[in-house]
Amino acid sequence: MRRKKTIVTLTTALAPAERALNVLGTDLTEKGLRRYLNGIAGVDAVGLEQRAAALGTRSIKTTSKRWALDTIISLIDLTTLEGADTRGKVRSLAAKAITPDASDPDCGPVAAICVYGDMVPDAVAALGAHHGAPDRGKIAVAAVATAFPSGRASLPVKLSDTSDAVAAGADEIDMVIDRGAFLAGNYGRVFDEIVAVKETCRREDGTSAHLKVILETGELNTYDNVRRASWLAILAGGDFIKTSTGKVSPAATLPVTLLMLEVVRDWYKLTGQKIGVKPAGGIRSSKDAIKYLVTVAETAGEEWLQPHLFRFGASSLLNDVLMQRQKMTTGHYSGPDYVTID
Amino acid sequence: MTISFLDYAPAPESRAILDLRETYGLFINGEFVDGRGTPFPSISPATEETITTVATADADDVDAAVQAARVAYTRTWSTMSGADRGKYLFRIARLVQERARELAVAESLDNGKPIKESRDIDIPLVAAWFFYYAGWADKLDHAGLGASPASLGVAAQVIPWNFPMLMLAWKIAPALAAGNTVVLKPAETTPLTALLFAEIVQQAGLPEGVVNIITGAGQTGELLVNHPDVDKVAFTGSTAVGRRIARSTAGTGKKLTLELGGKAANIVFDDAPIDQAIEGIVNGIFFNQGHVCCAGSRLLVQESIHDEVIDRLKDRLSTLRLGDPLDKNTDIGAINSAAQLARITELSAVGEDEGAERWSPECVLPEKGFWFAPTIFTNVSTSHRIAREEIFGPVLSVLTFRTPAEAVAKANNTPYGLSAGIWTDKGSRILAVADKLRAGVIWANTFNKLDPASPFGGYKESGYGREGGRHGLAAYLKPAGTSPALTAVAAQTTEAVAEPVAEPVTASAATTRTSATPSAKPRRTSKKATK
Repeated sequence: MRRKKTIVTLTTALAPAERALNVLGTDLTEKGLRRYLNGIAGVDAVGLEQRAAALGTRSIKTTSKRWALDTIISLIDLTTLEGADTRGKVRSLAAKAITPDASDPDCGPVAAICVYGDMVPDAVAALGAHHGAPDRGKIAVAAVATAFPSGRASLPVKLSDTSDAVAAGADEIDMVIDRGAFLAGNYGRVFDEIVAVKETCRREDGTSAHLKVILETGELNTYDNVRRASWLAILAGGDFIKTSTGKVSPAATLPVTLLMLEVVRDWYKLTGQKIGVKPAGGIRSSKDAIKYLVTVAETAGEEWLQPHLFRFGASSLLNDVLMQRQKMTTGHYSGPDYVTID
Repeated sequence: MTISFLDYAPAPESRAILDLRETYGLFINGEFVDGRGTPFPSISPATEETITTVATADADDVDAAVQAARVAYTRTWSTMSGADRGKYLFRIARLVQERARELAVAESLDNGKPIKESRDIDIPLVAAWFFYYAGWADKLDHAGLGASPASLGVAAQVIPWNFPMLMLAWKIAPALAAGNTVVLKPAETTPLTALLFAEIVQQAGLPEGVVNIITGAGQTGELLVNHPDVDKVAFTGSTAVGRRIARSTAGTGKKLTLELGGKAANIVFDDAPIDQAIEGIVNGIFFNQGHVCCAGSRLLVQESIHDEVIDRLKDRLSTLRLGDPLDKNTDIGAINSAAQLARITELSAVGEDEGAERWSPECVLPEKGFWFAPTIFTNVSTSHRIAREEIFGPVLSVLTFRTPAEAVAKANNTPYGLSAGIWTDKGSRILAVADKLRAGVIWANTFNKLDPASPFGGYKESGYGREGGRHGLAAYLKPAGTSPALTAVAAQTTEAVAEPVAEPVTASAATTRTSATPSAKPRRTSKKATK
């Protein structure tokens, strides 16, 4: 075993790979990693989907619903990830993030705005004084990186994509894993990349941008793969595990999110560390989002319903939540013209 | 954080949809008539409030009901074409769907089960059962009993309180599809949905006397199954009563099916999909407060993962919500009766006395009504009473095993044999173990799944006969060409002989009965006339 090439070169990746070293011990090799991931109990698809469906039948009414709607807003990563994004579009998004409901100044801000790396300076500028940590009521800037959404680029390109965004002021980096390498069984390669990106998230002052690892579960296809990839991403140092880029269908589903929450819960039991989960893409209605809140609270625990442990990656969700919120305040439904477009 | 999101705000299902009468009579020959016995209240086990008052059928009432069923059998139902019988059953199925919400509320109110179960499981399955057997009504030639199998006659059906309406559907749907008429007695603690079903029968315009529903306690049931003009007895309930029925019907020529108790083993191997296995264990024993004859009440877990499973199970149990059955977020409802609560309490005390370790999550039990917190016993041995006897409540006994052979031996070491569960990621092991388990239903990586197309029934003291699927028809048919069942009353023999002859010619009979649209208005028949 000693002779095997360790997949982590100690000089560059010791700190971020600390979790893996603690859990796997000295057997931090491709083979050891594979053995560990394959040793994790399997997932029964039918049972998982039934559990998710059962959680989806919870009936959240009155005061609970009001709390849920406000909480959903505080957990949204308001997102624009288009080739057509402009400075104007990002400014508009930032304004919406600061004041989601123009008719209700009590409506708190979202957690973050999520943009492509080159838009980070504009996002930071547009947020101005509102830019900061979402747990303190401010709005973070998240940037997708590492050749998002496909991840098909060389490691140096992915790293420079990351370092650019961090240098421009991104608080959070949403990276994609190399699904090709994962499906080919090269877990070590996926691991190494995450470790390297995590390292690149470090700023000169010693702090670090939060790393969300996008598994792109729609391409991993099986629940067993999702579970393995979740463990892999956490072992390699991810602060968050995220379902999807939003560019592949299916994006986030309740069963996949439930499965990832189970991994996060198990990791917490094993190590005492809390990892975040971010379902992204496809969550458009308040009703759906409330199902996610229920699933979080009944799986990982309700302390996970905070911006540093749970996020929704969404764009159209916010307005639906606002309309529901207005309905609860006024007693009647408004309409799409009573909420603002960004 | 001081949030309490998990204390979900109350979300009660409205009772306004229910339009109950203050008293209910017996449903005989297509209409409600007064019973001659002493009426009794049906109470809500969650609040102990009286929901309605129900009649008791005495010997004369039972006689009237059986006679109505006999007349309906001879004059109408046995001579009607299968296609036409099917139309009635389809109509009943659709009416059940139309009134699903009302039936679900009534069921939860009367039985104490959570509305999410009556709404999502019981009532949809009731409709599914009628739809399924409606399809069979004109295809009995393919039931595996040869061409033109014959119906039996009048079926006496006695059902339990754990799934009041579902058990009714299990009994009535195949009986009617096969061409029999029925007299059904629901349990005395849960008569409500059966009486609402009587209204559905009226709504569907079913010919008078094809379905008769009589209420009362054990004595009424006894009168019914022992009535000499009954050709078939179907019973679901306790093994003790089942034994008594088997004894009393022996030699009478009555065909008998019994679906009795169980003490199912739920076997969890070390390679099981662990999160789903935990769900399966919870669903296996805490579904319907454990009032399930096929409940996975004995958890057999491989010793190497015992601690992890118990740890996860306790975490999961802590998220279960016990309370108002009509609240849409309730997971565990009320125990059905004071008597059942006493039995559960007593057997749990025995478990502790015998040295098993008792654990329940923290949960506040409502002051009124009958409640029992979900409970697990660890360190249980095969010789403990809680590992042998059916508790019929939310109480799980956990035992361990070391090898697959030991798992099979322990699973089979019970006088019962209704159901079993296997949890493993290895397909070949599922097949190998299932092959060796002596139980009528075996679930792999799931539990408590019921489907009308799947036969259900037990080995050993869990009873005999099958309900559901093609096999379920065999309980209500005799193969063509076989000699008719001996009936205790000689006078009936002529009718019984006539049946197999009458059956094949129903095609021509049906042409005169052009559609299955009978007079929608039930005719009023006086009590005397039915007597």
